[in-house]
Amino acid sequence: MPRDQELAQGIIRGDRESVVRLTREELDAGREAVGILNEGLIPGMDVLGERFARGEAFIPELMAAAKAMNAAMEILRPLLEASGVESLGKVVMGTVKGDMHDIGKNLVCMMLRGAGFEVIDLGVNAGAERFIQAIEESGARLLGMSALLTTTMSRMGGIIEEIRKSRAGAGVRIAVGGAPLDLAYANKIGADGYAKDATVAVECFKGLVAALRTP
Amino acid sequence: MFFQNTGVLYLILFVILLPPEGFPSRGYGTFLEERTVGLLQRFLTKGGLLVGDGAMGTMLQASGLEPGEAPEGLNLIRPRAVREVHQAYADAWADVLTTNTFGANRFRLSLHDLEEGVPEVNRAAAGIAREAALGAGREILVAGGMGPTGALLEPIGDLPFEQAREAFAEQCRALAEGGVDFLLIETMSDLEEVRAAVEACHRNCDLPVLCTMTFDMHGRTMMGTAPEEARKTAERLGVDAFGANCGNGPFEIEAIMQEMADSSRIPLIVQPNAGRPRLADGQINYGVTPERMAEHALRCFETGVRYIGGCCGTTPEHVRAAGEALRRAWDRRPTRLAPSEGIN
Repeated sequence: MPRDQELAQGIIRGDRESVVRLTREELDAGREAVGILNEGLIPGMDVLGERFARGEAFIPELMAAAKAMNAAMEILRPLLEASGVESLGKVVMGTVKGDMHDIGKNLVCMMLRGAGFEVIDLGVNAGAERFIQAIEESGARLLGMSALLTTTMSRMGGIIEEIRKSRAGAGVRIAVGGAPLDLAYANKIGADGYAKDATVAVECFKGLVAALRTP
Repeated sequence: MFFQNTGVLYLILFVILLPPEGFPSRGYGTFLEERTVGLLQRFLTKGGLLVGDGAMGTMLQASGLEPGEAPEGLNLIRPRAVREVHQAYADAWADVLTTNTFGANRFRLSLHDLEEGVPEVNRAAAGIAREAALGAGREILVAGGMGPTGALLEPIGDLPFEQAREAFAEQCRALAEGGVDFLLIETMSDLEEVRAAVEACHRNCDLPVLCTMTFDMHGRTMMGTAPEEARKTAERLGVDAFGANCGNGPFEIEAIMQEMADSSRIPLIVQPNAGRPRLADGQINYGVTPERMAEHALRCFETGVRYIGGCCGTTPEHVRAAGEALRRAWDRRPTRLAPSEGIN
């Protein structure tokens, strides 16, 4: 459907105005919100994600696309909720204690929201207590943690252990990311998932959702 | 008394040292040049070599800096720890000591409730580095290190350009007051933020402004800026020397320097990480050994880079190894000067 391609192109170009306009037009034409999301907006994000992974798109393009996506989601979210379409899941996100960097973490939050997750963003400098408290309060079963410094990355393992030991944190799926990390390190500290950048993070959390559903 | 004017002194020295066989003699020319022109001017105008220092943050962590603690705060509360790192680099024969001020701008310091301390933190840092430099008994330059704000500038992010420029202005004024020899804007990703920093420096002090950016995503910065585009913009902004720092280690950065070397009209700088951090036996370590760092430094030297130091994970051993290799290469270098250009 050409309208879907227009929507996807709008996301890829980060053209918020045209994405919002097309979303409204499609809704006015009687299209269901979930169709606009799954067949127009998300394929656009997927294409951009692939370009990012290949080094053909960078942070500015991702930021613009995520902003366009979020603007469309503002319109679609109430409709999705009303029609009983649940969010993909709740994710508690934070940069670990001692680390004050948030550009990457914010980008992950935007991308996750764009993909249909509900995100509880704890900001920077989050220790085990804050993560555990947020899980208790929100009932989230997914958790994302980022570190940009080698010194703070070495704290992630301890924080994960504390979360897992807590009552609310047992069984929560945890993904980690950040410039100095790699998959081997994520495995070593007991994380369930590792994402090397914001676009991979979306896939990673989708995978964790599937893992939660298959006990 | 007799030589109130150092110019007169140099003129007399010049005449005394003038070789008997006449004016153009390369040997004496080099000798004179190295005695009368400072390290910085030689680097900026005559292709002179500068051996940079290595990491500050990872060194301070090794001496007990807690994760999450602001390294820049130590300039005020534990100056001796900072001084010891500078001392170690001076002992390893670095030509430059970079002040412990990477995150000492208003935005980074506000995360530690230190935003009102920008002048004090930067002045103190400059003083500590100068003290170590003076204690070395040879000429060592003090670089005023300036890192990014950590926020994304408008329109991509929320930080207005003027606010970024004002924060850099505040920092560079304090570094200049503290007595640094030049400003070193480092680890930049966004050309607009570079412009904010460079404009702030040019408007607020008379010091040379050097700049390096981090090309760690497929050979570009995270904002998508390619090395050549970055270098051209930096030249247009009036930066005195430009290059790359941090990133994914020496090998990736070598390719980046090669890309810049062909057409650069300003001197080039490289300060890579010692590879990427890895966890082994509970310890974080960086894969690149001092020996490999020295090989890398030589290859960068051959492409024409003249200011070569290190970033995260590099130690005084890396600087010593690179410096020895570079100085040997410098002595052996084929000089491109025609004999008549021996002295200028």
